[in-house]
Formats: sequence, C-alpha cells, structure tokens
Amino acid sequence: MEFNEYFILGCSAIGAGLAVIAGIGPGVGQGIAAGHAAAAVGRNPGAKSAVTSTMLLGQAVAETTGLYGLLIAILLLFVKPLLP
Amino acid sequence: MAHGILLSGSTDVDVMVHGLVSYQFFGHTVWITTTHVSLLLVLLILCGFAIAAGRAVKKGTEVPGGFQNVVELIVEKLDGMANSTMGNHASKFYNYIGTVFIFILFSNISGLLGLRPPTADYGVTFPLGVLTFILIHFNQFKHQKLKDIWADMCSPLPPWLPIWFPINVISEVAVPISLSLRLFANVLSGTIMMALIYGLLGIIATAWPAALHVYFDLFSGAIQTYVFCMLTMTYINNAIGEEA
Repeated sequence: MEFNEYFILGCSAIGAGLAVIAGIGPGVGQGIAAGHAAAAVGRNPGAKSAVTSTMLLGQAVAETTGLYGLLIAILLLFVKPLLP
Repeated sequence: MAHGILLSGSTDVDVMVHGLVSYQFFGHTVWITTTHVSLLLVLLILCGFAIAAGRAVKKGTEVPGGFQNVVELIVEKLDGMANSTMGNHASKFYNYIGTVFIFILFSNISGLLGLRPPTADYGVTFPLGVLTFILIHFNQFKHQKLKDIWADMCSPLPPWLPIWFPINVISEVAVPISLSLRLFANVLSGTIMMALIYGLLGIIATAWPAALHVYFDLFSGAIQTYVFCMLTMTYINNAIGEEA
C-alpha cells in the first residue's frame, strides 16, 4: 500500500500531539514537589532558601521526561524523519 | 517547505540552525552555521569581560570598589555554590564549575540580544555533557579502588555475579545524554515559543513579550544553568566517594 507525503505529515502531526501528552506527568510531579516545598517552608521558614533550591533542582530533573516528549514532537514536526 | 504544518499562518517563523559558509574538510562538506556565529559572539563577550576582570583584580585595592567588587561577588557566589555541594573537594573544581556556569548562563540569555542561543544546538550541549562524563569517571578511577568500582557496577548483586553489569553501564552512559538533552530541550523550547509568538502574532506582539522573555530566557536559562552545575557537582562528588 502506498502512502503519499501528506498522509505521512498528517500522521506525524498526530504523533507529535500524542508525544506532548508526556507533559502530564512532570506537571503533576512538579506540583507535588512545589506543594511539599510550601509545606516545608511553612513548618520551618528559616530553611526557605535551601528548600527552594532543592525544590528547583528536583523539579528540573523531573521535567526531563516531559522534555523528551517535547523533543520527539519537535523532531516529528521539523525534522520529519518519517518522510521517505 | 511551502506547506509548513505548524506554521501555516506565517512564513517568517525561523527557529532552525542555518548554514552560512560551507567548506571542504577532508572530503566532507562542513558548514559554518548560525550557532558558530552566536557562540563566537558569546565567547568574545566573555573574553572581554574576563580581560577587564583580570585587569581590575590585578590593580585591585584592599577595599574593593566598583568593578572589582562585582567580580569578587561573582567569584564568591560561584565558589560558595561549589562549596555547599562538594564540601572539601570543591577547591579542585572551582575552575570547571565556574567556567561552565558562566558560559551556559551567557549562552542561555543571549536570546535577549537577538542571537539564537548556542545552547539550543545539540552540538553545543552534548560536548558539555561528555566533559562532565569524563570528569566523573576520571575522578572515580582516581579516588576509588578498582575492586570497589567493580562491586559498585554490579551493585544490587554480589561482585562475583555480574548480571546487573550491563544495566549499570547503560545507566552510566545515560548520564551525559540526559544532562545535555535537558539543557538543549529547555532552551530550544523557549526559543521555539518566542519565535512562534513573534511570527504568528506579528504586530500585536509589541512590548508584552518582554515578560515572556524574562521567563523563557532569564528564569528558565538561569535554572537550567544551576541544575547543570549542581548535577555535575553531585555526580563528581559521588564518584569521588566518601574517603580522601
């Protein structure tokens, strides 16, 4: 069966959309981390700067999985690896 | 390509790396790209700053004033960051961590100067990740015994049963890739979003995108710089281990 270029581009766009769903996980995770950091600052306001830097570090690491999804979406849309 | 999928409304959205000059290198066609140009500009700015800082410190006074004060503040903050993570191993890594921090920071915020950020090119961030990888393993072999490294690589199982060895090797190799991809994807997504806003909204994108620039270029760039340096220091610290 032959597929033309536009069919492949359309499917790539759908795939890019699906890949960006990976953003749900980091969103939830970062929210949880920020919530716990807020609770920690509430309990111990003196440790605010240490808590903040730890939170940002953890959030940035957790963000990586979402960024992988974004990267795949960008590859599908701009590099178009599926075109023959 | 005339029928851009995403960017059908406008033709002037431009986020890709462009080749400027091509030349032959041992039979391969190699390009000087926009990344090289912006990298060169960033390096020139940093070199100018470094020369000025060196002059200011060389004829520095006991009580610092003006530019010398700024330079001392920067060095103190960078050394303090290294000290807080690496403890008494920090003094050997002040140079590397400080250099990488300043370079990545200036690269990330060079989007404000209208350049395409050099770190939005995987060819720039991957060498940084590889440098960190080399440092990690150099220090691991320098500070730990070969037997301990082998036991560590087989870690959940005893050292005479290396079933987990390949899995641990993969997780070691994943370190530079995830470090560099994190930085690259963050800066690239900021660049693409700013390009989309300027390209698709056209004339109504006046003044207010400055707020987005503050987020995508300054905040995100600074956070990613910090994260890259913190992770580098943490990995090196783990590689050095407890002794020494």
